[in-house]
Amino acid sequence: MELGSLQRRYIDFTSALFREGFLDNQYTQLQQLQDESNPEFVLEVVTLFFEDSEKLLDELSRTLDQQVVDYKKVDAHVHQLKGSSASIGAQRVKNVCMAFRNCCEERNQEGCLRCLQQVRQEYFLVKSKLETLFRLEKQILAAGGSVPVLW
Amino acid sequence: MSSVGNGDGCCAGGSDGGQRHVLAVDDSSVDRAVIAGILRSSKLRVTAVDSGKRALELLGLEKKDVSMIITDYWMPEMTGFELLKRVKESSELKEIPVVIMSSENVPNRITRCLEEGAEEFLLKPIRPSDVSRVCSRVLK
Repeated sequence: MELGSLQRRYIDFTSALFREGFLDNQYTQLQQLQDESNPEFVLEVVTLFFEDSEKLLDELSRTLDQQVVDYKKVDAHVHQLKGSSASIGAQRVKNVCMAFRNCCEERNQEGCLRCLQQVRQEYFLVKSKLETLFRLEKQILAAGGSVPVLW
Repeated sequence: MSSVGNGDGCCAGGSDGGQRHVLAVDDSSVDRAVIAGILRSSKLRVTAVDSGKRALELLGLEKKDVSMIITDYWMPEMTGFELLKRVKESSELKEIPVVIMSSENVPNRITRCLEEGAEEFLLKPIRPSDVSRVCSRVLK
């Protein structure tokens, strides 16, 4: 794909991510911190988010699968996931976490399992979108262009 | 190198011309990376550790070098509040300004931290503008 179309595709794709609520302003804040002295900053932070989240999702599955559910533990994990998703601007993941914490408070196992499914869904969605975004950035740079700045 | 970001380099250079050194404490790898990135874009030297225990170890070795501590509140084993107390109770460390971060807006937690000597209490997610504001006040 030629550079112009790549850049247009990047702009459309990024705008949609924000419009559809996958990402919020916190992500933009991270993009603004990226510069020549820190050229991979966003990728590094997001990669940490992927690693952290997948570990937490596994833990959540395990904890909710017990005979007697330790809701304090579940809540602690959800709190962590909510925190890290907020820190990178993964808005939809963060929002599901908020609902998830309510289910924990109510000690509602079914509710929690539903929330887990939802948060997992939202996480994998935003993960795939971010991976596409990074791929587009790489392609643009490889084609000798610069990544459009949308802020 | 100049930064294209919001960081306005307000905190560059101490009186000895060297970079100010900030100790960041957070058990979340994501938040550690974010806070380190924000601080570095303000031209600060950053050491990021994952626990209060490690923070105290580092402070034991390099206390004269640390200009500010910024710590998460909720951490396993030692909370940011407990770290704050240990710093303020130490004759060697008590002058070091401590900033607390938390994702939860709990008024009496905030009051307790400020009463214990915290410079400021920041709500997460931390933004570059929050850090700029704190740094320009704390790191003169």
